Amino acid sequence: MYNKGTIIPGLALFVLFVTFPIWFNGLTTAGDLPKPELPPGGEKQCVMPADYMRANHMRLLNEWRDDVLRDGNREILEIDGKTYRKGLQMACMECHSKKEKFCDSCHIYAAVEPYCWDCHLTPTEAASKEAIH
Amino acid sequence: MKYTFSFLAVIALVLFAWLGSQIPGMQYLFGVAIPYLAIMIFLGGFVYRVVQWAKSPVPFSIPTTCGQGVSLDFIKQDKLDCPTKTSEVVARMFLEIFAFRSLFRNTKSELHEGPKITYESSKWLWLFALIFHYSFLIVVIRHMRLFLNPVPGWLQTLDFLDAGAALQLGAPLLYATDAALVLGIVLLFGRRLINRQVRYISLANDYFPLFLIFGIATTGILMRYFLRTNIDIISIKELLVGLVTFSPVITAKIGSIFFIHLFLVSTLLIYFPFSKLMHLGGVFMSPTRNMANDSRAKRHINPWNDPTIKPHSYAGYEDEFREFMVENGIPVEKELPPQKDE
Repeated sequence: MYNKGTIIPGLALFVLFVTFPIWFNGLTTAGDLPKPELPPGGEKQCVMPADYMRANHMRLLNEWRDDVLRDGNREILEIDGKTYRKGLQMACMECHSKKEKFCDSCHIYAAVEPYCWDCHLTPTEAASKEAIH
Repeated sequence: MKYTFSFLAVIALVLFAWLGSQIPGMQYLFGVAIPYLAIMIFLGGFVYRVVQWAKSPVPFSIPTTCGQGVSLDFIKQDKLDCPTKTSEVVARMFLEIFAFRSLFRNTKSELHEGPKITYESSKWLWLFALIFHYSFLIVVIRHMRLFLNPVPGWLQTLDFLDAGAALQLGAPLLYATDAALVLGIVLLFGRRLINRQVRYISLANDYFPLFLIFGIATTGILMRYFLRTNIDIISIKELLVGLVTFSPVITAKIGSIFFIHLFLVSTLLIYFPFSKLMHLGGVFMSPTRNMANDSRAKRHINPWNDPTIKPHSYAGYEDEFREFMVENGIPVEKELPPQKDE
């Protein structure tokens, strides 16, 4: 083999690079799985089944936002006898009131940073703002 | 047709993964066994190929010189295109790898009436290659968020910038590199179809990686934006983090589109070391790029030379054969010594 001095370190660097996730995670520690907290009020019913919501909640919220903010369609939804107003704070956070324990648990794990909170306030934040004013 | 075969091969792979992953229990084959096999073949094959190249001797000093070489003091040397020092070679390689400098020089020759031949700069390949390779690189790095727990901050910044470059469209957010990657493949593929000369020299093994990467990008985009049934990112990340920590588990039902995507990626990894995709390693090993043009200053020794074969000068040659040369009337530089009478 020629030019061992450059080729062997080069290959070693390449292998380290490809196997980056293995040693970054510390070989065998998978870390904690997220445990989103169920609604503190004990509600069991949502606008859609849990499976659907797990995969598609972001699309639903996006559609609601477009409906409400762009088309002015604030139609109140009635699902299984329960009424929901279209909105993150008006519908979702009525039951899932703790963003830090519900939304964030999975979002941090999957490194998703939704821009909902650029405008919306969590119920805790909202309460503290009310107290100030 | 050369591209039909490659296209059908990718379709067959998709169907195989789609039907296979529906059989109960086979999720472990497609989600765990094949990815492990693929990464081992990729790493092993890559190292093997590079070592094989490293074992091949370079008999001659063959850097491509594309500019003015070192000459008299008042003639300016083109240091990047005709490097003579290691530092200049490193600079040239760096720009080659990160900016695809040799593609920038691409020209198109055309025959006009007269007959008259013209050479025109043609930067399309360079542009398409840049779009494709850089978006692919960012897509691969971005995928690390599914393998790392906790996810480092710089990865989230990259994610943010990538979605930001696409103006935070839709939900889940559209990535600019998703669109750029598909665009890059379509352009590179279109170039092979439309440019007659390139089409003539294109083989099935040129089209196959294009279709395969197109398949990977399409299934990825479908999974993220459209076919979201049973695409729960948490259980997918659980499997992927499990893979890199050697404790893979599939806890929930994962949609087939995920297994198709993963199987195509595994195929790409397995195919990689044995294909033209090895230009990833090969670019570092090209003697035409990684040698300095200093053969007039330093003697390049051919490693093939047998050390037991000593240099044989003309004077030595004549010494050996003088008698026979004189006998056959061949002129010699030194005459035979005068014959002594016995």
